Amino acid sequence: MRGAWTICQKELHSYFASPVAYAVMALYALIFGFFFYSATAFFVEASMQSQMMGRSFPMNVNEMIIRPVLMNTSVIGLFLIPMITMRLFAEEKRSGTIELLITSPVTDLAIIVGKWLAAVLLYTAVILVAALSVIFLFAWGQPDVKPVLIGFFGLLLQGAALLAIGAFISTTTKNQIIAGTAGFVVSLLLWVIEWISQFDTSTTGKVISYLSVVTHLEPFTKGVVDLKDVVFFVSLIFLGLFLSARSLESLRWRA
Amino acid sequence: MIKVEGLTKRYARATAVDNISFEVDKGQIVGFLGPNGAGKTTTMRMLTCFMPPSGGRAEVAGFDVVKSPMEVKKRIGYLPETPPLYPEMEVGEYLDFVGKLKGVPSADLAKRIQEVSERCAVADVRNKLISKLSKGYKQRVGLAQAIIHNPDVLILDEPTSGLDPKQIMETRDLIRSLAGDHTIILSTHILTEVEQTCETAIIIAKGKVMATDSVAALKNRRAGGSAVLVEVEAVSEGQVREKLERVSGVSRVVHKPSGTHGIVTFEVEGLSGKNIRPEIARAVVESGWSLNELRPLGMSLEEVFLQLTSGTKAAEHEAATAAPAVGDEEKESE
Ligand SMILES: Nc1ncnc2c1ncn2[C@@H]1O[C@H](COP(=O)(O)OP(=O)(O)OP(=O)(O)O)[C@@H](O)[C@H]1O
Ligand SMILES: [Mg+2]
Repeated sequence: MRGAWTICQKELHSYFASPVAYAVMALYALIFGFFFYSATAFFVEASMQSQMMGRSFPMNVNEMIIRPVLMNTSVIGLFLIPMITMRLFAEEKRSGTIELLITSPVTDLAIIVGKWLAAVLLYTAVILVAALSVIFLFAWGQPDVKPVLIGFFGLLLQGAALLAIGAFISTTTKNQIIAGTAGFVVSLLLWVIEWISQFDTSTTGKVISYLSVVTHLEPFTKGVVDLKDVVFFVSLIFLGLFLSARSLESLRWRA
Repeated sequence: MIKVEGLTKRYARATAVDNISFEVDKGQIVGFLGPNGAGKTTTMRMLTCFMPPSGGRAEVAGFDVVKSPMEVKKRIGYLPETPPLYPEMEVGEYLDFVGKLKGVPSADLAKRIQEVSERCAVADVRNKLISKLSKGYKQRVGLAQAIIHNPDVLILDEPTSGLDPKQIMETRDLIRSLAGDHTIILSTHILTEVEQTCETAIIIAKGKVMATDSVAALKNRRAGGSAVLVEVEAVSEGQVREKLERVSGVSRVVHKPSGTHGIVTFEVEGLSGKNIRPEIARAVVESGWSLNELRPLGMSLEEVFLQLTSGTKAAEHEAATAAPAVGDEEKESE
């Protein structure tokens, strides 16, 4: 693993040297803020209405705001994650710097882990910036802290998995645009296959919807950590990193 | 220091490197000379463990490139055909990154960066973005990254391509100054480059080693028996041609249109191994013409190929078909 951290630092440096990091952060914060604002406005209105009608059923901040906002923002991830991963390897292959990395005394795995780690750190920073708006909730409401943290943890885990897949896709081409588009299509696919469970309740339908990232993200947004969801995301991470390693190796046979 | 035996690389369609063998001793500078597509880059990529060979063996500093790539990589500095630079980094940051990647101990790193940037004359651009550097500076930063970890072996793929004449001279001087401490292989398709920088030339074409020769021998070959350019002030082309053809040792006289009235130019080829210039000069002067120019044309890479490989008919044919493009390019760059 020697070299992984060096490569990770270099990647972070290039992210922040280009507009990518800032664009991703701004976009995410903006959209998150919008979702957050509309969910909060709706919540405020609904609670005022119920007060005026004399009913005072206890409305839950976590349920009404945090959960829908988290689910919605994970959709933005579909766009952001390919933006983060598309250049990881494609750019190095195009410019020839991949020759420097591969002929340096570091393992392929160290290169891959370093790059993936940088992507995860950037994604974490992006989420943290977005999460700032949630602090307002604590100022005026009394949400439970634990489910919020768990929800963000789920978002991060899902992101880390999709970033690993995106990194693999980036190893297969020299063209960033292709890498980005393919990354988006794959993320989208891993997202929408969940819909199948709504009209196909057979075993096949269940298996397919099991593969969806949504199926496994949902419990986190409810504040529930289920081992099988964690295992799912972690396996996806390993799969992505493993495929990247294979792909780098085959690049050397063909190059 | 470097030992290559029967090294072969086959791509899906063609064999890029075909069963080549050579050895390089410690501290030597060896030139890898060959036309485009000869397999120079491919060979270097196998030596640097960028890609595995399809057959044969290669050893660098006693380590096999397939069996112990990590050990080989630690001992090799590599400058690929296009310098592997990150445009968004400053020169200093870049050298720091490569140093860490190559495993330079962090206690020595600052000192090493200082040393290599002075040696490669990039110290004055340490804080500049790589994207803002001129081509020559980029090439030098490429060289600096190759020697940052003080490797035993340096592999340089066309280190002077695309530079202007002054920068070419500087780069060649730099490379020469690196020999001794490092064993160097550099590739080029320019004959004079090998003559100026290297001790030994390995001439390859179409994936095969055509000849391995000391540069001194190469120079002799190039000087001897080669063509001469003769420019004479005379009115009649026919008379001059007649005179030249009668000079002893001349095998062929070719007229070159000069464009100026009263000046005739010929390319005269002599029998190999014979210096025909004194005879030509005497003949011209004796005839009462004035001699404007008498200059050895030197051998093109093409001719050297043909000479080196004469005897083996097949090789001769291959060199002849592989070389024309190179001949042109060489003339351009000189
Ligand atoms: N990735 C590849 N796939 C298939 N063939 C390749 C590949 N890379 C190189 N070749 C072929 O292998 C041969 C040798 O190429 P190589 O790049 O080693 O030549 P070279 O001597 O470095 O030439 P140049 O002077 O142009 O750099 C060429 O015929 C080339 O077309
Ligand atoms: Mg080449």
